[in-house]
Amino acid sequence: MLADDLRGLFYLTLKDLKAYYFKPPNISWGILFPFAFILAFAIRNPVDLHSLVPGLLALTILFGTTSMEAIVIVFERRIGSLERLLLAPLRLPALLAGKLLGGMTFGLTVTLVVLVVSLAIFGTAGINWLILLLALLLSATAFSALGAFVSVAVREIFEAQTLANFIRFPMMFLCGVFVPLASMPAWMQILARLLPLTYSVEALRIALLGGSWAVALIDLGALVVFSVVLFLLAVYTLARHIE
Amino acid sequence: MNEVIQVEKLTKIYPIDKGRPPLYAVDGVDFTVHQGEVFGFLGPNGAGKTTTIRMLTGLARPTSGKAHLLSLDLAHDISRIKKQIGVVPEASNLYDELTAFDNLVFAMQLYGVPRQERKSRAEALLDRFRLSEKRDAPFAKLSRGMKRALTIAAALAHRPPLIFLDEPTTGLDVMSARSLRQMISGLRNEGVTVFLTTHYLEEAERLCDRIAILVKGRIVALDRVAQLKALAQEAPVVEVSLRDASGQVQVRRVETPNGVDGAVRQALQQAQGYEILKIDTLQPSLEDVFIKLTGLSAEAMLAEKGGKGGGNASG
Repeated sequence: MLADDLRGLFYLTLKDLKAYYFKPPNISWGILFPFAFILAFAIRNPVDLHSLVPGLLALTILFGTTSMEAIVIVFERRIGSLERLLLAPLRLPALLAGKLLGGMTFGLTVTLVVLVVSLAIFGTAGINWLILLLALLLSATAFSALGAFVSVAVREIFEAQTLANFIRFPMMFLCGVFVPLASMPAWMQILARLLPLTYSVEALRIALLGGSWAVALIDLGALVVFSVVLFLLAVYTLARHIE
Repeated sequence: MNEVIQVEKLTKIYPIDKGRPPLYAVDGVDFTVHQGEVFGFLGPNGAGKTTTIRMLTGLARPTSGKAHLLSLDLAHDISRIKKQIGVVPEASNLYDELTAFDNLVFAMQLYGVPRQERKSRAEALLDRFRLSEKRDAPFAKLSRGMKRALTIAAALAHRPPLIFLDEPTTGLDVMSARSLRQMISGLRNEGVTVFLTTHYLEEAERLCDRIAILVKGRIVALDRVAQLKALAQEAPVVEVSLRDASGQVQVRRVETPNGVDGAVRQALQQAQGYEILKIDTLQPSLEDVFIKLTGLSAEAMLAEKGGKGGGNASG
């Protein structure tokens, strides 16, 4: 049974990447959107551009993983093809893990492009590669799980897009992407600590610009918790569709 | 005779709003399906046909009752059951973005068909369903009939011994429906057990070895087609076409409990003074059975479904 699950999730990931993700509009949108936001912010508030790279990477992962992930399941449910997967010898967690891996792979690929460009400009001095690798992987997992949860929680594609934006856009401004958390009011800092992007930005900042290992470990741990909770919520919600 | 499906008191109840009684979508049905037969589930819209298939394939949980498929318990072995069944839902649901070939390969990948067999098996299925020319066309670009054929091909990709077909010809033009019916007949010849739901009486009559008629979640009749027809007609009916002296043609039906000979004799007595054009012994149709058991005409059932579609079942 485990072999069926692993095989199924592997081929499901490949199918999703081929059918939905690696299309030119997705790739260009996934890369350009975070760049445009950061550029707009940098022009309005000239700061050390290097300090914006962690936020840029975190945004790229967030939008790269969730843009398609948040609609792919609800889309397949609308056209009936999700039923094919529910009929296959594949348990629900494996089905969702396959969906999640598709979003993660795409998100990490576009983030890699942004990372390479950033490193080419700002150099690699002082980078903690282990924290960087873990932060990228766990951010992609948490955001992809968030996208999967959004996608199974709604019935229409426009609802998925609305819900995803309802979650993503406040996160962009609350989670330390543009403004350091410490400079925010206390209530905003508390709110920010409830959102996964905060931990992603913080971990990436420590990886790229230096900081405490202990804080990084807490950030990575928080991303693990978000990943697990959101994934389990997505499995539970999808299971409820089988009445 | 091996029983591929055994169902006992299978029930599905959907709760409705507070204060209203729950909906018994399927209400304690019992039936068995034998290996290699085409078993028809016939009934009007909302009779519980699709809900039954959804329960038997793991897409819906039965409220109560038991079912065994391929000697496996539905309640405990659904993953093993899923590996051995193929399902064609009412709507063709392959992936628009993938080609016909890639859709078949993906179906085989999900079901663990060995890598070295996939290409040749996909080519063979495309050939069998007359889709070889559309091998590299995206599913979205295929005609409705081709989509239906490819969806059936995908359900057969892992060589399941049991296949569920839910309203396979609904919405198809006459030629496509006819072609699909030939394919379904071909499955029986290969020993595949087919569980078919349909609301087309002629289709059920032509394709099925045995038929269960489902009304409001309950099986009201289940038998071979010939036995079901016998239910509809207690006495033979003879139809005589006559022409009178003025040249007008009239048709008379004579029903008698004294057998066909008696009915013919009676018809001849009534025909004195007329020119007899034709004498037919009327055979009951499945439609007669259906009307008798459900009180619903075939036209009314098709109208419920939203139009004829599916062509007629000739061919």
